[in-house]
Amino acid sequence: MTPTPAPNQKLKVAILGSGNIGADLLIKVMRSPHLECSLFIGRNLDSNGIQAARRLGVNVSDKSIDAIIQDPGCCELVFDATSAKDHLRHWPILEKLGKMVIDMTPSKLGVMTVPAVDFASDIMDRNVNMVSCGGQASIPLANLIAKTHEVEYIEVVSSIASKSAGPATRVNLDEYIETTEAALQAFTGCKKTKTILILNPADPAIDMQTTVSAKVKKPNLEALEPMLKVLLARIQSYVPGYELIVPPVYQGDRIFLMVRVRGRGDYLPTYAGNLDIINCAAVATAEKYAQKKLKFVGGAEEARL
Amino acid sequence: MKKVLISDPTLRDGNHAVHHQLNADQVAAYAAAADAAGVPIVEVGHGNGLGASSLQVGMGLLSDAEMLTVAKKNLKRSKLGIHCMPSFATINRDLQPALDMGVDVVRVGSHCTEADVTERQIRYVSSKGKEVFGALMMIHMTSKERLAEECRKMESYGANGVILLDSVGGFLPNDVRNTVEHIVSRVKIPIGFHAHNNLGLAVGNSIAALEAGAGILDGSARGFGAGAGNTQLEVLVAVLRKLGYETGIDLYKMLDAADVAEKELMKVVPTIGGVSIVSGLAGVFSGFKKHVERAAVQYGVDPRDIFFELGRRKIVAGQEDCIIEVAINLSSQKERIRAN
Repeated sequence: MTPTPAPNQKLKVAILGSGNIGADLLIKVMRSPHLECSLFIGRNLDSNGIQAARRLGVNVSDKSIDAIIQDPGCCELVFDATSAKDHLRHWPILEKLGKMVIDMTPSKLGVMTVPAVDFASDIMDRNVNMVSCGGQASIPLANLIAKTHEVEYIEVVSSIASKSAGPATRVNLDEYIETTEAALQAFTGCKKTKTILILNPADPAIDMQTTVSAKVKKPNLEALEPMLKVLLARIQSYVPGYELIVPPVYQGDRIFLMVRVRGRGDYLPTYAGNLDIINCAAVATAEKYAQKKLKFVGGAEEARL
Repeated sequence: MKKVLISDPTLRDGNHAVHHQLNADQVAAYAAAADAAGVPIVEVGHGNGLGASSLQVGMGLLSDAEMLTVAKKNLKRSKLGIHCMPSFATINRDLQPALDMGVDVVRVGSHCTEADVTERQIRYVSSKGKEVFGALMMIHMTSKERLAEECRKMESYGANGVILLDSVGGFLPNDVRNTVEHIVSRVKIPIGFHAHNNLGLAVGNSIAALEAGAGILDGSARGFGAGAGNTQLEVLVAVLRKLGYETGIDLYKMLDAADVAEKELMKVVPTIGGVSIVSGLAGVFSGFKKHVERAAVQYGVDPRDIFFELGRRKIVAGQEDCIIEVAINLSSQKERIRAN
């Protein structure tokens, strides 16, 4: 069978969850040449997210997961932007319906994915998890340090604007820390990791900043710096507001570097770089899936992905 | 007799002054001395509390478990207290093991406007039947109205009281009076006050808080704490005695405990140096002092300039990484001026 490219076709996606994450995802999906939001799903037609989707001319539903159960053909891919608890209930249903799922919650269920690190991989699981905002900002850097150094300990500190942290983030700080630390271990092979999240209420709101510090045996900034340049370009290709503000410095026994993430100002203002980066990563992952999937639509049987 | 509850953070806030390097013998010596004096609560830990040992704020010499075990062994009458911030500590990794080790009193802290991050940990400690207080840090960064709202949130989560921390030592007695008076008339639980001495007002501010209705005061032996130090506990005990307050603390034994602290814990007794005065004026967390001084030397800039810039940017506790960023920026500004 010869795959036939179908350049004009878009993959149908549903967004489950109409909070800030869901609403911002919608705007990013609408910008994508490979994705089309066929259904935007919440629980209340009066919510800000649903209202915004309506204004954008997108089909909406207030039936939560039932919307997909009742019309399984509406989409091939589902972004689950509800909560970790809800996702545990949604996944078996979506799995049975054969949906590809991108999990935005810290449920720790799916395979943790960071596009800048995973891009070369061909493995596509049916349930991928986007780790956390701090994870998306730091893991590519931590991974690169681990590639070029023998790392004894790695630590990530993110500061975000208070206004950008909703009630779910605030109640789930423990899950944020546990998920990010687990991902850091998985992507660096370093067993000792630490994650700290600081909420800063300054007005005007601060941009998201993330610092990666690593205790290393022998510094090798000469090897790190050129690879870092390539990596930054790769991250910026899907997170335009990602910027290195303190290049790697070595002091005492540690390497230290710092990035800033400005959002695109899609649904929340630009200070919400934390929301922006995890959504950019999710859309990049969905696009990669769409490109692989749509390459084969001309064929008689569905491609194995 | 009027009563006030005294809580002693010498072995927690003091850790800031020695870069979190207090050792087991030091913890044992001071805990035993404070216990003998009848100090009601002895707070122990890394300067930033439970789970905070890190490159960001400083690696502790002892683990939380090591500190708590030694302290517990040396406390017979005094309750063992900890400070715990959800940004650094989690329930599974840090809080649950600490409670299992015999901690009696937990303060769950957050930046002054972020009390909702403490909900889960306050409820957790409360469900374990332990005493739990909320702690609001950097209180100069918001209004008394907002502070009252945040205190009410902590009250609704089940806190037995809320401690207000003037983490930069920048409050003046009138600020303290206005703030505490406003809050105590809006919550049912006791309010506490934790001072720093950057502007030389720690004891005076503590008394102002008491007269405005606070029921809990913090003090450290010889003022051992971050920056210019805390309220000097032995002085506070003496002043309270003169004012006719009951603390349950034996004055002579408290004076002895402070001697133990000076001899065993500190290389230098906290003083109000120029950098600490600026930190108080700039409204920057006292615990930044050592980090700022180190960055100033490394990047050849004036530590006072770093403090004022951090204050302008409204940096909060836990954002120590910004110190290096600011120092690098100031240093390259200096280079540019020189080049021109």
